[in-house]
Amino acid sequence: MRAAAIAAGALMLLCSMGVMAHAQDNKDNGEKEIERYRAMISDPMSNPGYLAVDRGEVLWKQPRGANNVSLEQCDLGLGAGKLEGAYAKLPRYFADADRVMDLEQRLLWCMDKLQALDTKDVIARRFSAPGRASDMQDLVAFIANKSSGMKIEPQLSHPKEKEMAAVGEEMFYRRGGVMDFACATCHGEEGKRIRLQQLPNFSKPSPQAQEAMGSWPTYRVSQGALRTMQHRLWDCYRQQRWPVPEYGSDGITALTLFLNKQAAGGDINVPSIKR
Amino acid sequence: MTKTLCAVMLATISTIAAGHAADLPLPVAKPAVSQEVVDNYLKATFGKAPPEWQAKIVPDEAMKVCSSYRNEPPPALAEKLIAEESNRVVLPADGQFLGDWKSGAKIANNGRGGQFSDDADTVNGGNCYACHQMEQSEVSFGTLGPSLTHYGKDRHYDPAEIKRAYIKIYNSQAVVACSNMPRFGANKFLTEQQIKDVMAFLFDPQSPVNK
Ligand code: HEC
Ligand code: HEC
Repeated sequence: MRAAAIAAGALMLLCSMGVMAHAQDNKDNGEKEIERYRAMISDPMSNPGYLAVDRGEVLWKQPRGANNVSLEQCDLGLGAGKLEGAYAKLPRYFADADRVMDLEQRLLWCMDKLQALDTKDVIARRFSAPGRASDMQDLVAFIANKSSGMKIEPQLSHPKEKEMAAVGEEMFYRRGGVMDFACATCHGEEGKRIRLQQLPNFSKPSPQAQEAMGSWPTYRVSQGALRTMQHRLWDCYRQQRWPVPEYGSDGITALTLFLNKQAAGGDINVPSIKR
Repeated sequence: MTKTLCAVMLATISTIAAGHAADLPLPVAKPAVSQEVVDNYLKATFGKAPPEWQAKIVPDEAMKVCSSYRNEPPPALAEKLIAEESNRVVLPADGQFLGDWKSGAKIANNGRGGQFSDDADTVNGGNCYACHQMEQSEVSFGTLGPSLTHYGKDRHYDPAEIKRAYIKIYNSQAVVACSNMPRFGANKFLTEQQIKDVMAFLFDPQSPVNK
């Protein structure tokens, strides 16, 4: 069974991470472990994120809401129901809504308009917790996976897309809160870290930005959950000592588009797996 | 990352002495989108947070300048900002800069406080290790700021250096315009006693920072 195989894989992965920590005194051994770890995270059978992909597929095809229809007619930018490569071009402008939306905003829109599904409960479960599955995380895993192997293609031709990216940049540098932090405080320079955590630099287009953005959604081993960019930025705003950002709000989409601009052309390889 | 460091110390000391007040508001750089548009996005994103939380991200003059100039204000403006921020430094009334280094070590290690996930009764930490190396035996340190190992010893425990460091921790912008370091005292994030304790961690000859 796939689930059992993945569970075993995850266990092995955790063990190898432990081994890695203890192998520092033996360089050869350590390097071998890192290689083994790399091979493992690119193996779908040992990445529990693929369980979310499977659950997402079921949700995508399941008739729900007052209209009792599935999401299969949802247009993610490439035409109704077309999934291949859609995530690579999100966020983007949608004429029917006259708004720029990221994948999560668009899914909520389709649930509302297409399915007439009350999204209150879906939003309440936007981030999974032990014993509380998240439809959004699962759907994002499934849909983003359909852009794996493709390149990040930020959409910047429509005036509203241009505005989004410009606002995203302003927000990236916007300092405030009790610690005067902005995104740029932690992600404004090459090769910095907070404690032992490496901080990617997003202040200019770079392979580093490409690698970072091309790896979301990701399965977080430390959280035991698949996480999307909405969750990553929620957590960064927490560390920034800012107020709670609203889920699926325009500011998060603006930042995501700005980050994708810095990561344009990067390879998408998702769901990935991280610490 | 060269930020008018030289003019800084002189300006700091002279403005504190003279109690000089520069004019406000400071001019800001022209953004690619209007402030009104940005504010609408911020409202859409944080508008449902409690009002006291929203108040925290209303920028003061210094943060407006730093945001708009991407933390690289032109030299004349940087000088003005430093002068303004120097006026906001409150030195300890009792003239004592150093508290208890053991409690300072805990404050330097504590990264809690100020996050929306924290309980209301959380004691704020300085989180210095997030950005600085301090005690040599602590390997989990960040690199956003310079290493502070042997900080007091390297400065021969000089009283002028002690005062300068207190000002830096109380209000980092009074020393380096648009520093990435929080303004711990000016923003009321750490208490005077906590700053004194962290100071002792840097300057007490018994502190492991100086071993
Ligand atoms: C106080 C520090 C801090 C601030 C401020 C901060 N971040 Fe982060 N960010 C981190 C850390 C630490 C990580 C890595 C977390 C990990 O590895 O567990 C991270 C990770 C990320 C990632 C994922 C990188 C990857 O390779 O997977 C993105 C994207 C990101 N941040 C964007 C932002 C944006 C946008 C903002 C502003 C809204 C921001 N961050 C503000 C500390 C911060
Ligand atoms: C988010 C990052 C950050 C945090 C947190 C931080 N600092 Fe700093 N600190 C810096 C940076 C960056 C500098 C370099 C100069 C500048 O830009 O102000 C600095 C400089 C300093 C200096 C002056 C060093 C010199 O050149 O003589 C002292 C002293 C200092 N910090 C102490 C502290 C203490 C004590 C704490 C905790 C209570 C702390 N810092 C927390 C980023 C930080």
